Parts: sequence; C-alpha cells; structure tokens
Amino acid sequence: MARATLAQLGRELAAKRLSSVELTREHLARIERHDARLNAFITVDPDKSLAQARAADARIAAGGAHPLTGIPIAHKDLFCAAGWRTTCGSRMLADFVAPYDAHVIERFHAAGAVLLGKTNMDEFAMGSSNETSHFGPVRNPWDANAVPGGSSGGSAAAVAAGLAPAATGTDTGGSIRQPASFTGVCGLRPTYGRVSRYGMVAFASSLDQGGALATTAEDLALMLGVMGGHDPRDSTSAERPQDDYALALGRGVKGLTIGKPRQWFSKDLDAAVARPILAAIERLQALGAKVVEVDLPNQDLAVPVYYVIAPAEASSNLSRYDGVRYGHRAEGYADLAGMYAKTRAEGFGAEVKRRVMIGTYVLSHGYYDAYYLQAQRIRRLIARDFTEAFAKCDLIMGPAAPSAAFDLGARKDDPVQMYLDDLYTIPINLAGLPGMSIPCGFDARGRPVGLQIVGNYWDEARMLAAAHAFQQATDWHSRTPPGFE
Amino acid sequence: MLSRDQVLKIARLARIEVGPDEALHLERELNGILAMVERMARVDTRGVEPMAHPGEMSQRLREDRVTEHDRRAEYQAVAPAVEDGLYLVPKVIE
Repeated sequence: MARATLAQLGRELAAKRLSSVELTREHLARIERHDARLNAFITVDPDKSLAQARAADARIAAGGAHPLTGIPIAHKDLFCAAGWRTTCGSRMLADFVAPYDAHVIERFHAAGAVLLGKTNMDEFAMGSSNETSHFGPVRNPWDANAVPGGSSGGSAAAVAAGLAPAATGTDTGGSIRQPASFTGVCGLRPTYGRVSRYGMVAFASSLDQGGALATTAEDLALMLGVMGGHDPRDSTSAERPQDDYALALGRGVKGLTIGKPRQWFSKDLDAAVARPILAAIERLQALGAKVVEVDLPNQDLAVPVYYVIAPAEASSNLSRYDGVRYGHRAEGYADLAGMYAKTRAEGFGAEVKRRVMIGTYVLSHGYYDAYYLQAQRIRRLIARDFTEAFAKCDLIMGPAAPSAAFDLGARKDDPVQMYLDDLYTIPINLAGLPGMSIPCGFDARGRPVGLQIVGNYWDEARMLAAAHAFQQATDWHSRTPPGFE
Repeated sequence: MLSRDQVLKIARLARIEVGPDEALHLERELNGILAMVERMARVDTRGVEPMAHPGEMSQRLREDRVTEHDRRAEYQAVAPAVEDGLYLVPKVIE
C-alpha cells in the first residue's frame, strides 16, 4: 500500500482491510530501507508512531473515525510536536524537544493521523536546495545527483519516494511549490492566514504559511481540510469558514478562465520546462477552460523586494536564539554579549548568518527608508498586479521554477543565483496568495517539471478542482521514481 | 558597497561573532545580495502606501481575561541553565 493515496488508504482502513499498525510499519520499513541514502528524515521514532497507530486502530474499531485516522503523515521539522525533537534543520535547535504541539500538529492528532517522523529542511527554512540543513543535504528520489529543492525538501522527497503518503511543509518564498516541482509531487501553499502559524517556527512572519505535499490534488484537499481554519492563538489566522475542498473537487474547469502571465514565459524559462507547462495549459483548455494572456509588470522586482523583507523579518524573529531560554548555548565567553555572539556564531549556519545580517543592515538607522520602506511600497505594486490580473481570469498558471532540479552543489557558491531562481514563486508570497505545483512532465534528463497554479485569495477550492480535473485526464501524478515503486 | 568595518559592525549589531576569514566571505556575499537588491532604487514609488502585511486586517480584540496557564516548569526544562525558576546568564552588573 506504499503507493496508495490518502483517499484510498482511508477507504482500506475504514473497511478494516488494513490496520494503521500495518500501514505505519510498512512506511517505517521503507524509511529504514531508503532513507540512509535520501536523508529525508531528521527524526523517526517508531515506538511513538506505533503507539499512535494502535490508538488509531482502536478509534476505527469504535467508530467515529476521520478520513485521515490511522494514516501516517510526515511533518516538516519546524512544526513543534510535544515530546519530539524539533530542530528546524539547525544546530541551534539540534537538541530542542518541543514542550507543546503546533496548531497543525494538534489538528492532525485530533483527526487521528499518525506522526510518522520529522522531515529534513533547509536551516530555518532558508534555502532552495535543502543543502543548508545542519543534518546534511536531501537527495532527489528521481536522481541522486539532483537536489530535491527546498526548503521543504525532506517532505517532498519523502512523498516522492513513497516513504510517507503525505507531508506538511511551509512556504515563505516557494518552499512547498519548488520542491514539489523538483520531485514530481503536488504541493499547496494556502492563502496567507488560512493555516495557523501557532507552534510553527517563525522565519518571515508576513510571508510564512503552512501547507501540504501529497501525490494528488484530492489528497491535498483532505490535508487542507485538516490543517486550515481559524485559531485565535495566531493573530493573523483568518476568521472565515473553510470550504469543503473534497466536495468542490468535481467542479471541473468548464467555463474557467486561465491567465498566462506574459512575463513568466520569457527567455528566463528553460525551453524543456516551458514545453510540458504549455502542454498542460492546452490540456486544460481542451477540458473546457479558456486561456487569456495577463500582465504582471512588476514581476522582476519580486526577488529584490523579498531579499529585503524576508531577511528583515528573519533578523527580528531569530533574535530569540540567544542561548538563554532554549537551544544551543556556547561555552567559554567573557560576558553576556560574548555569550550571545558565540552562541549565535556556533548555532547558525552560513546562509542564516547572511540573511540575519542583511536584515540587520536594512533595518538599521539611515538605511530603513531606502531599503525596507521602499521594499514594502514595491510589495504593494506587485500585489496590485495580481488584483488587476485576476479581474481578467480565475486562475493564473505557469512554471513553478525556471528549470527542473539542479545538481547537488551547483548553486552552493552563488547564493544570489539561487535566490533569482525563485522568481515565479516569490511574488505569490509577497501578495499573500495561494499557490500550488502539480507534476506535468519531465525535462530531457528525466527530472520532473511542475505546473504552478495560482488562485485569488481564499480560492483554494477552485485551484484544487482544476488540478483534480487535470489529474483525472492525465497520469503525470502517478509516475514513481525508479527504485521506489 | 559595504566596507569590512561595516560588515563587522553589522555582525556586532546582529550579535554574531565573526572571525577575519568569515568577514572576508561575508563582505563579498552581502555586497552581492545588496547589488541584486539595488534594482529597487530605480522604481518610482511616490504616493504608494507601504504594504506591511498581506491580510491588512485590523487586529482582533479579545476579552481581557487570563487564557495562558503557568507552564514555567515545562518551558524551563528545555533551557540551558535555570535555578529556582530563573534563567541563568553571566553576571551583567558588578
């Protein structure tokens, strides 16, 4: 059953043809077999997972099960889970055992899902290749020389390799969509405010949003149904009812208008990536959608704006790592300031230090207006572009990344090039919109390519329905990497 | 362009100890990032209201009552050094 969808597994469990203990054991065995090579998990705790599986089996036997009861789900290692190590991919939190559950973890627990393990990630979610993790890089199941993308690279690789049926992730600048694209799975970043950030380790608070990775749009609908919804403990959590995403799946794409941004199909885009994406949009057109061209004129400013706003917020959020209340504390210092400086020098990796320092600089006296305020003004222009585009269409579609997965180490010495690669995902975070990536083909080397689907605010149901319609008509989502059948 | 001294000053403000070799790398890397960001300067944003947040919702008010209970023992269990419910740090005042 390792390759079954959440929907299929739910039916098997409900019909008692399969127990949660059996299913959980099977996934733990796959992790045991493959993860020494992939490195998708930071923490696996079979005793804890199996105890949850036994409780799920009891719940199913007693009646009153939820569609996800008994299904093992992997969680990105920045969701606090009580009693589990929550490292954020950092030496700073390498031994941090969370004293409480994140809202998202509580919701999965309440649904009766089994916590399968905590997945590898770029340190504090800063990275697009999973190479900044203190726990080592993750390998792409499709090609061991390729990165899985990041920062939710462990979650993406785990789902692509069938180690987990689905996983959570977070997306601050593309950290769900880009790894989903690189590993051939489906990833959804919901509208900002849809999923509570309570207990989710903060990177850039006006951009961070929790979401999910799975093998089908139908499974993402199930995941969002569990994760989403109001939580008073997060002041930015939206007070609006959830849609019934699973029910909306059957809506199809007839009468829908798809917007194709001119600026997304320029020379920056690899032809081998453009081809399957254009073919996917044509397929949706054949299924009844209308396609129009739209403009996002300030698109090329998104990466510069992001690399002011995200580091600024990060420098503030990460000031909490001071060696006093939790996390790493250095040894051998002269005074309090020395303890802070040495603790942070040892606890943070190179990418985190770069971003904290950029953030410190752009917020400092004399530079604030030129950098931070200017970035916030352009952020509004970028958001307005989308408002105008959505006056002409229902969904925007295009690439999730300018190329398929690159080789391990290929971008390591050039952080700016790695940043620029996120040009199609970052604008969505700046605007606060929902976005997803679904597999739609492969490049010449056989590495997966993802189609990005962007919706208007709170329009996840329509995005999921379009993705589902595409997946009913095609089979890209059911391709599995060789060796992981 | 940031000078070496500016890089060291930023490191001090960010409370990150930086050695001479690291300062050399950081000077190059931070200037590379700032050069990429420079494109923003050309944009005319007169009259555009800064966007701090995507939701732009007003802050929600809640009833003025205690919602958090005392979890000091659990939270301090993960601290590097505590004594009698207090966090221990190096002496600040002689």
